[in-house]
Parts: sequence; C-alpha cells; structure tokens
Amino acid sequence: MQLPLRYILTVSELTQQIKETLEERFYDVWVEGEISNLRIPPSGHLYFTLKDDFSQIRAVLFRMRSRGLRFIPEDGLHIICRGRISLYEKRGEYQLILEEMEPKGIGALQLAFLQLKEKLEKEGLFDPSHKKPIPLLPQTIGIITSPTGAVIRDMIHIIHRRFENVGILLYPVRVQGEGASREIAEGIGYFNKMKNVDVIIVGRGGGSLEDLWAFNEEEVARAIYHSKIPIISAVGHETDYTISDFVADLRAPTPSAAAELVVKEKRELKRNLHYLEDRLQNQISQIFQDLRTTLSHLRKRLIHPKKRIEDLFLRLDDLTHRIERSILHELRRKRERTGFLMERVFLQNPVQKVKMVRISISDTEKGLTQRIQSIIELKRERLGGLLGKLESLSPLSVLQRGYSITRKLPSLQILRDSREVQKGEEVEVKLYRGALTCHVEKIELT
Amino acid sequence: MPKEKFEEALKKLEKIVSRLEEGEIPLEESLKLFEEGIRLSRFCNQKLDEAEKKVEILMKGKNGILKPEPFEPSLNSKEITPSDEGLSEEE
Repeated sequence: MQLPLRYILTVSELTQQIKETLEERFYDVWVEGEISNLRIPPSGHLYFTLKDDFSQIRAVLFRMRSRGLRFIPEDGLHIICRGRISLYEKRGEYQLILEEMEPKGIGALQLAFLQLKEKLEKEGLFDPSHKKPIPLLPQTIGIITSPTGAVIRDMIHIIHRRFENVGILLYPVRVQGEGASREIAEGIGYFNKMKNVDVIIVGRGGGSLEDLWAFNEEEVARAIYHSKIPIISAVGHETDYTISDFVADLRAPTPSAAAELVVKEKRELKRNLHYLEDRLQNQISQIFQDLRTTLSHLRKRLIHPKKRIEDLFLRLDDLTHRIERSILHELRRKRERTGFLMERVFLQNPVQKVKMVRISISDTEKGLTQRIQSIIELKRERLGGLLGKLESLSPLSVLQRGYSITRKLPSLQILRDSREVQKGEEVEVKLYRGALTCHVEKIELT
Repeated sequence: MPKEKFEEALKKLEKIVSRLEEGEIPLEESLKLFEEGIRLSRFCNQKLDEAEKKVEILMKGKNGILKPEPFEPSLNSKEITPSDEGLSEEE
C-alpha cells in the first residue's frame, strides 16, 4: 500500500483547514429560514436551528446583539438574518453566528407591535370597563407633545376657539427617537402626581411606524393604564393605530380631533343650560297658572250664605210670579171657553132656532128676489141693447135719415137699378112719412 | 374636584326639568324642585365662566423643579424638554 506522506493530516489540522475555508468563504452571508428548537439559557444568548424543507443549520445570536431586536423570536417564525459561519473545533460543528435578524414578510416593528398588542390585551390593559369618561368641563387640559411644530399650535387654537376660557398646561417631550417613550411616561406621571389637570392629551403628528414608535412602547402603555386622570390618545393620522390608542380612555384620530373632543363648544353648553332654565321657568309658571285657575274656579263656586238666601228669595219670587201668571192665564182661557160654550148652548135653544130659521128664510127670500130682479134687469138691458141695434138697422130709421124706398108699380118690386124701369112707367116712392106716386121722366145709368 | 360636579349638576338639572314636566307633583315639592333647579343652573353657568384662559409650558427651573411658564406656540425648531434643557433636536 502506498500512502502519500504529505496528505496525512491530523484531525485538528483537517478541522483547521475546513474552518479556514468555511469562515473565509462565508464571512458575511444573508440567510433565510425558519426558527426551530429555540433555546434561551440564562446567559441570554439565543440558540436555535435555522431550517428549511431539506436542510438545517445551527445558529446563535449573542445577547448583546439581541438587545437591538424589536421583536421576540419564536419557533416557527420565518426570518432573514445576517451572520458568519463559525466552526467550533472541539465539537466539530459549524454554526451561523448572527449579527442581525429580521422577521420575513413583515417588518420587525410591525411584528413587535402585534406581539405587544397581544400581550397587553391578554393582560387586560385594553379592557373597556377600565376606561374612564372624559370630563365634560375641564378647567385645565394637560397636553404631552412636542412644544414646537404645528400640532401644539393647532390644538391650542382649536381649544380656545371652542371654549375661550380653559387652561392649557403643556408638558413638552420628544415625540420620537431614543428616550421619547420615557419622557412621555414621565409626563403622565407628573400630571398624576401634581393633579393639576383634569384631562390629558398625549400625541403627535403623522409619520412612519418608526416615527410613531414611542407610542407603541410598553412603558407608555402602562403609564396610560395607571393614570388616574383620563387620557386621550391622539397619534398621527386617522389610519394610524398605536398601542397607546388602545390603552387610552379615548382615542382621537388626530391631535386636532382630540382638541375638538376635549371641550364642547362653550356656546353650545351655555345654550343648553339656558334652554333648561327656560323649561324650568315655564314649568313652574305653568303649575302656578293652573293652580290659580283652579283656585279662581273654586272661589267662584264658593258663595256667601247670605247671598244664597237672597238668591233663594229671588227664585221664590220668580216662581210665585210665574205661578200666578199661569193661573190667571188658565182662568182666562177657561172663561173664554165657557163663554164660547155658552154661546153654543144658547144657539141650540129651539126658540132661538126658529128665530134663526126665520131670519134665514127671510134672508133667502130677499136674496132670491134680488137675484131675480137683477136677472130681469140684465135681460132688460140686453133687450134694450138689442132694440137699439134693431132700430138702427130698421129701414124706418134709414128712411128717417132721408133715404126713400122706390118700388115699381104695380108689382111693388123694390128698385135698385135704373135699368129696371122704363121711361113713362110709374113708381112708388116711400118716404119716412107718407109715399109718392111718381112718373119716370128721365133715366141715368150710373 | 369641582369640575366633576359640573356634570353631576347638569344631570341633576335635566332630571329636575323632566320631573316637573311630567307633572302630578304636589305644589310644595314642585317649588322645592324649582328652587334646586335654579340653583343648579346658576352653578353650572358659573362653572362655565370660571375657568381661566391660560396657556403654559412646564420648564425645569434652576433647582430642577418644573414650573409652568407662559407659552406661545411658534414654528421654530428649537425644542425644550424638561429632561434635557439646552438640548435642541430637529423636528
């Protein structure tokens, strides 16, 4: 057997070479994988296995590095991490020594937010029954925010516009960066200790999750929870939700909204009060009015006894009078009726009756006579009239007027036409009085 | 704190007004209620005018104790906080 001499290495030598190769090659790598078998011994270092579906590798994050972690590593969490390979000779094992670690798919901050939210929720810090009502009329409002910038300026402006005489006490803080959460918590503590405000607004203007981070810190959350003074949380924009929003007694979507919420418009409060007082006055007047009316009615009905008696006297007189009148009236009626009846009785007497009949007959006679007379009179008139007419039509009256009747002799035929005679004949001319016998001398034909 | 009494007073006043409007109260009681109502209303009005318009900022004095001082909001970037006086920070 031939063994090349220079290729025989000791274990250490081999290990050393491997170590050099590995550590040089993988001095700074980014790796993605899933955490499993996470162990955190008392030393505080994080030991776990980083794996995927086919392989795994040991990893460690030393304590001083883990302090910078915003989130809590857990088994099953997918992470992206940066580190170097190191080979531990004594055990012949290699592992990843990590410098940085980030959750995959979701930001570290976001994850931290979710983890803390869950933790505090479980503890009951968000419990609605713990929340205190915001006072309707604060005399002094405590504000914990940055003293510079538009946020504080706008809040003061809005508050005083709605309610001009209310006190504002500003506890100035950093609202982001190192130490901000501590200052905020201290501010809350200060107001609670001094008890010089009736309500506290904690907040800041808009920004990134990083910027708002102070209001997601556990320190601030607990300070808010333990505050005896009601706290309004007003962080960022309407869509920003922070842990302090959940713990606070009231969340305002923005600092300006908080300013609107913390005081009602003084005008409105005054008006409501005025209205209540009006109703009060009206009600009591109404009650008095009603009572007065009732009283007045009762008094009317209450009559002095003497007056009563007088009234009764009047009544008595009146009734008496009426009775009298009605009796008299009755008597008169009766009298009339009696009289009338007597007349009738009287009329029924036979002697009287005969008399009556006689008179009646006589009357009838008279009447009859009159009638006949008048009829005769009428006839006479008619006759007279007719006679008159007759007379006027009679030939005698004609003759009286000068006319004559000429008759042919001897026939006595009345002549109307001159041709009915001849010359030499004889005619009779009858006059009104007497007659003439005439000889025809001449004939004219007209 | 007297501020809490404002809400209570207001609520009491509302109750009194409702009660009177319901009616059917003996005269003496309604008089009492009315008196109380007027008193509460005056009290509330007074409370509204009582608060003092003040805008102050807490500053750490030389002895390290916080004191309120008049505050005028401005847009400069100098920031003063009670915990580190004299340290300015960008907005």
